[in-house]
Amino acid sequence: MTSRGLVWKNLFRKKLRTFLTLFAIFVAFLLYGVLMAFQATQEAPTQGPLARRLVVTNKINFTQPLPISYVDKIRALPEVKRASHMSWFGGYYREPQNFLIAFAVDEESFLDVYSEFELPPEQRAAFLKDRQGIVIGKRIADSYGFKVGDHIPLRSNLFFKKDGGDTYEFNVSGIIVSPENLQGEDQVAFHYAYFNEARAFGQDSIGQVIVETNDPAQNDAVAQKIDAMFVNSANETETRSEAVFQAAFAEQAGNIGLIITFVVGAAFVTILLIAGNTMMLAVRERTGEIGVLKTIGFTAQRIFAMVLSESMLFALIGGLLGLAAAAGASAYLGTAGPGFIAGMKVTPGIALSGLGLMLLLGLVTGAVPAWNAMRTDIITAFARK
Amino acid sequence: MSEELVKLSGVQKAYRRGKQSVPIFETLDMSIEKGAFLAIMGPSGSGKTTLLNLLGGVDRPTGGSITFQGQRVDNLSESRLAAFRAGHVGFIFQFYNLMPMLTAAQNVELPLLLTSQGSKARKERAATALQIVGLSDRAAHKPSELSGGQQQRVAIARAIVSDPELILADEPTGDLDRETANEILSMLQELNANYGKTIVMVTHDAEAARYARKTLHLDKGHFVEKDLVA
Ligand SMILES: Nc1ncnc2c1ncn2[C@@H]1O[C@H](COP(=O)(O)OP(=O)(O)OP(=O)(O)O)[C@@H](O)[C@H]1O
Ligand SMILES: [Mg+2]
Repeated sequence: MTSRGLVWKNLFRKKLRTFLTLFAIFVAFLLYGVLMAFQATQEAPTQGPLARRLVVTNKINFTQPLPISYVDKIRALPEVKRASHMSWFGGYYREPQNFLIAFAVDEESFLDVYSEFELPPEQRAAFLKDRQGIVIGKRIADSYGFKVGDHIPLRSNLFFKKDGGDTYEFNVSGIIVSPENLQGEDQVAFHYAYFNEARAFGQDSIGQVIVETNDPAQNDAVAQKIDAMFVNSANETETRSEAVFQAAFAEQAGNIGLIITFVVGAAFVTILLIAGNTMMLAVRERTGEIGVLKTIGFTAQRIFAMVLSESMLFALIGGLLGLAAAAGASAYLGTAGPGFIAGMKVTPGIALSGLGLMLLLGLVTGAVPAWNAMRTDIITAFARK
Repeated sequence: MSEELVKLSGVQKAYRRGKQSVPIFETLDMSIEKGAFLAIMGPSGSGKTTLLNLLGGVDRPTGGSITFQGQRVDNLSESRLAAFRAGHVGFIFQFYNLMPMLTAAQNVELPLLLTSQGSKARKERAATALQIVGLSDRAAHKPSELSGGQQQRVAIARAIVSDPELILADEPTGDLDRETANEILSMLQELNANYGKTIVMVTHDAEAARYARKTLHLDKGHFVEKDLVA
C-alpha cells in the first residue's frame, strides 16, 4: 500500500461504474480526435503547393465558364510565372455512381504548374503525345484497377458529344503519385483539345485558370490585378489562393463539415458533462471516508491532492486511450476513406490540444470535489455509519 | 507518582447555530493520567463526543486550554493538529469506518502512510498490529468479508499501529452483540494493561464501563459525581 495505491484503489472501487465512465471519456476523446483530424482536412492549408498557387474562376460562381482567351491574358502579366487551365468534366466510369473527379486540362502547362505531381518521364511523354491520353491519380487507379495502357471509356453527365453520345474514349498514359498534394491522386486529367473538339457545346470555354506567380508573397496583389483586368467585362473573375478555393469547393457538398462538427461537438460536450458529474458524485459518496482519513491525521492538502490526482488519472486514462483510437481511426480513414478526407490524421497539435482538454477535465471534475473533500467537517467522523 | 497525559483547563465549547451560540461546555477541567482507562457515560447530547473531539485534536475549544504531555495543542494550526492526531492519537469509531476497498492489512497500514517508514517496515508493523488483535489470518480480507467484531478489531489495530499514547473510542461496542462486545472490551483492557495505552471510551452501556478503571458521568456539560459503578 502506498498513497498512490490508495488513489488507484479508489479509482477502481466500483468496477462497472469506473469502466462505463472511462468508456464515456474514451468515446469523447475518440470523437474529439477524429473530429479535429477531419476538420484539419477541411481547412485551407497555409503552406505547401496549394497555398502558393492562385485559382481564377468566374466571379458569379466557379461552376460558370470563362473564355479561354483569359489564359493568355493572364500569362502575359509580368508577375505570372506560369498558368494553366482546367475544365470540370462531370465524369463517371460506366455507372453514374462511379463518379470521378475529372478535368480537361492544358496538358503540358498542367503538369508544369502541378509540379508536385509525380509522373515518370516516359509516361509524361506518352501523355503529351497521345491526344486521347489520360493520367490517373494513384488512388483512383488502385480502386478501379486502371493500369497504364488500358483503354477506358469515361462518360460525362454535363457534356454531350457532337455525335450525340456522352462517352469519351481514353488511353491510360500514366499514373500520378502525389503524397504532397493528395488531390492529385484522387483525380484524372486529359487533353482539353480532344474534349473541346468533341463536345457539342461550350467550345473555347474553360472552368478555371491555375496561376503560379514569381513571388507567392505578392499573391494577394496579383490576384487583385487579375480581377481588375476583367472588371466590367462579360465575365468578371474571382481570384483566390488554390487552398481557399479548394475549401470553398468542399463546402459545396452541403457543408458537411459544419454539420459534423456541430453534432460531434455536442456529443463530446454531453459525454464530458455526464462523465464529470459521475466523477463528482463518486467523490461526494465518500465524504464519510474522507472525514475518517482526516480524523486519523491526513491533512486537507493531502486529501485535496489525492482526490485531484484521482480525477486527473481518470481523465488521462480514458482520454489517452480515446486519442490513440482516434489516431488509428483517422490514419485508416485518411488512406482508405473518400478523397475529401485524404491525408486525415491526428497531428501532434491535435494530440496536444486533446491532452490539454484531458487535464482540464481532470481539473474541473476533480477540483470541486477535492475542494469539498478538503473542507469536509471532520468532527462528524465519529458518528458516521 | 503518575504522569499527566492530557489536561483540560477551563475549556469552553460552544456551537454556532445560525446567529445563536449554543454552549456545550462552559468551564470544563479535566486531567487524564498516563495509563488511565476512562469510561465516559452520560445522556445523549451531554457532550461526550464533543469531549472526545477536543481530546483528540479533532475540534478546537472556544476558550480555555488543552495540553498534551505538557504542550498546548488547542492553538495548533490545522496541519500541525493533523500531525498531532497522526502521531499521538488512535481513533476507534462505533461503525468501524474502515475503507471498503482496502484489505484488513491495508486498512491497518493506512495511518503509517503519514510516517516516513518504508513499505517493508509499514507492512511489518501492520502485521504486528493485526497479530495483537488476533486477526493475522484475516489480513487479506476486505471489510465486507468480516463480521462486525472482526471489523472493530481491524479498527483497533489501525488505531494502535502508529503506537499512539492516547486511544479514543466512541461507543466502540454500540453496534455489537454482548459477547462480541465483551471480546472487544477485553482487548481494550489488554491494550491498557499490557501495552500501557491511555484509553478514553464513551459508552452508554454500564456493563461496558465496568471494563474501565474509572467512569466519569457527563451531564449538561459537567462531570457529576454519581456512584453508579456497581
Ligand atoms: N457540529 C455541531 N454543530 C452544532 N451542534 C452540535 C454539533 N455537534 C454536536 N452538537 C450539539 O452539541 C451537543 C452535544 O453533542 P455530542 O455529540 O457531543 O453529544 P453526545 O453526548 O455524544 O450524544 P450521543 O450520546 O447522542 O452521541 C448536542 O446538543 C449536539 O446537538
Ligand atoms: Mg456521541
